[in-house]
Amino acid sequence: MALSGLTLVLFVMGHMLGNLQIFLGPDVINAYAYKLHHLLPSSALWAVRLVLLGTIAVHLWAAVTLTLDNRKARPHSYQEDKVVQASYSSRTMRMSGIILLAFIIFHIAHFTVRAVPGMQYESEIESKESGRLEMVKVPLVKNGEVVLKNGHEVTTFNVNDMMVAGFKVWWVSAFYIIATGLLCMHLTHGFSSMFQSVGLRNGLWRKRLDRAAHAYGWVVFLGFAIIPISVMTGLLKMDSTGGLVSQVGETAAITDSFEK
Amino acid sequence: MEKTMDLTLKVWRQKSANSTGTFETYGVKDVSEGSSFLEMLDTLSEDLVEKGKEPVAFDHDCREGICGSCSMTINGIPHGPEKATTACQLHMRHFHDGQTITIEPWRAKPFPVIKDLVVDRSPFDRIIQSGGFITSRAGSAVDANAIPINKATADYAMDAAACIGCGACVAACPNASAMLFTGAKASHMNSLPQGKAEKDRRTLAMVTTMDGEGFGGCTNVGECEAACPKSISLDMIAQLNRDYATAQLKNFFKPVA
Repeated sequence: MALSGLTLVLFVMGHMLGNLQIFLGPDVINAYAYKLHHLLPSSALWAVRLVLLGTIAVHLWAAVTLTLDNRKARPHSYQEDKVVQASYSSRTMRMSGIILLAFIIFHIAHFTVRAVPGMQYESEIESKESGRLEMVKVPLVKNGEVVLKNGHEVTTFNVNDMMVAGFKVWWVSAFYIIATGLLCMHLTHGFSSMFQSVGLRNGLWRKRLDRAAHAYGWVVFLGFAIIPISVMTGLLKMDSTGGLVSQVGETAAITDSFEK
Repeated sequence: MEKTMDLTLKVWRQKSANSTGTFETYGVKDVSEGSSFLEMLDTLSEDLVEKGKEPVAFDHDCREGICGSCSMTINGIPHGPEKATTACQLHMRHFHDGQTITIEPWRAKPFPVIKDLVVDRSPFDRIIQSGGFITSRAGSAVDANAIPINKATADYAMDAAACIGCGACVAACPNASAMLFTGAKASHMNSLPQGKAEKDRRTLAMVTTMDGEGFGGCTNVGECEAACPKSISLDMIAQLNRDYATAQLKNFFKPVA
């Protein structure tokens, strides 16, 4: 539970920092996504993905066996049962975990597999036959210029538009914000609890780690939730040129990219 | 004049281990607020005997909070609402006139009910037994302070040794886990120089026995610490986890037992 949890705790922070690059402009987030996909050979990329999925599987397996054992240990429950000091988060790890699992499945289907039926990926897809965002590619932009490789324009997914279009759907945003809120709760217990499970905690450090767990949970929650909120309030916008506009100026960019 | 109160008690009654129990409701009158919870139950039992009924069975011995016999969940909290207090040391002034009090036995699969509020806590004995011996010089008594132990270590071991083995930790745990008890008993010996020699073997054996008895797993919620009449700290569980991990690692390369 603790060791798989640690991997996921670290992944969540990396994922959040990666996502926040959307505020640096469409070209930056698109370049980041391009880098994630091309930094490693595809076999290594799949290895990383499988390790992460495997970690979730281990975490889930540990949770299920622990729950079953614990149910067996108390076959007759109390008529009256009072909680003295256990936090709400610690007592609802199972529920927050189950909802988070459902969210992760949806999230991967939405943004990684890009196959959530009924998801409208906005105007530029209308002309495409498949209606899926994976068909939409934009030039890879670096320092305001289109990156060329062997004389050809390098294209990449328009991650910026994918995120903005996704979060424009109100229930996607709502689910996302609720899920990250539950993730915050899950972390306020889990972050500190994992130290206890491996024996690296005492009375003094319990207080510090509990505070750190709350801070970590809130940072993760705010870091993730600010993106759908920014989309809903119109702070983040679609950019069908993948960031050329904001860099070079509208007319020049559009002419430029179309001429090529 | 001393205040008295009238109470309604909902008590778990169960004839034997094999029968199915049920809650019975009784009224007790003129309970002195200076009496202990067990004395209040004594007056109930006297009433019941007078009426020709079976008195309520519950474990008790020293009645001064050090034997660990009394074991009842009072209004959903093992040993009742007062912090660091056994049921026998719980005074009735913490309750009020007209209150309804629910009294249940410990609820855990390894602690089957024998009768009414009495449960079988022998799994705890078996956990301690599996811890085994310590290497100590037999024969004439060793001089006091022959082995230097620093104050912090001695205090820590004493805090662990304060565990009276009542089982409130198991009763309070949402998972019926015995980690606080086992942690206290193992840490008591593991932290002292006299117990160091068998530390790894002891830790592995006690955890294996604990798991085998059917206790649940720890989810670090901390209810055990809150219910413990001796304020045993969650640090004991952390140490058990630490000692267990170390022992497993050593055992992987070279069997410790």
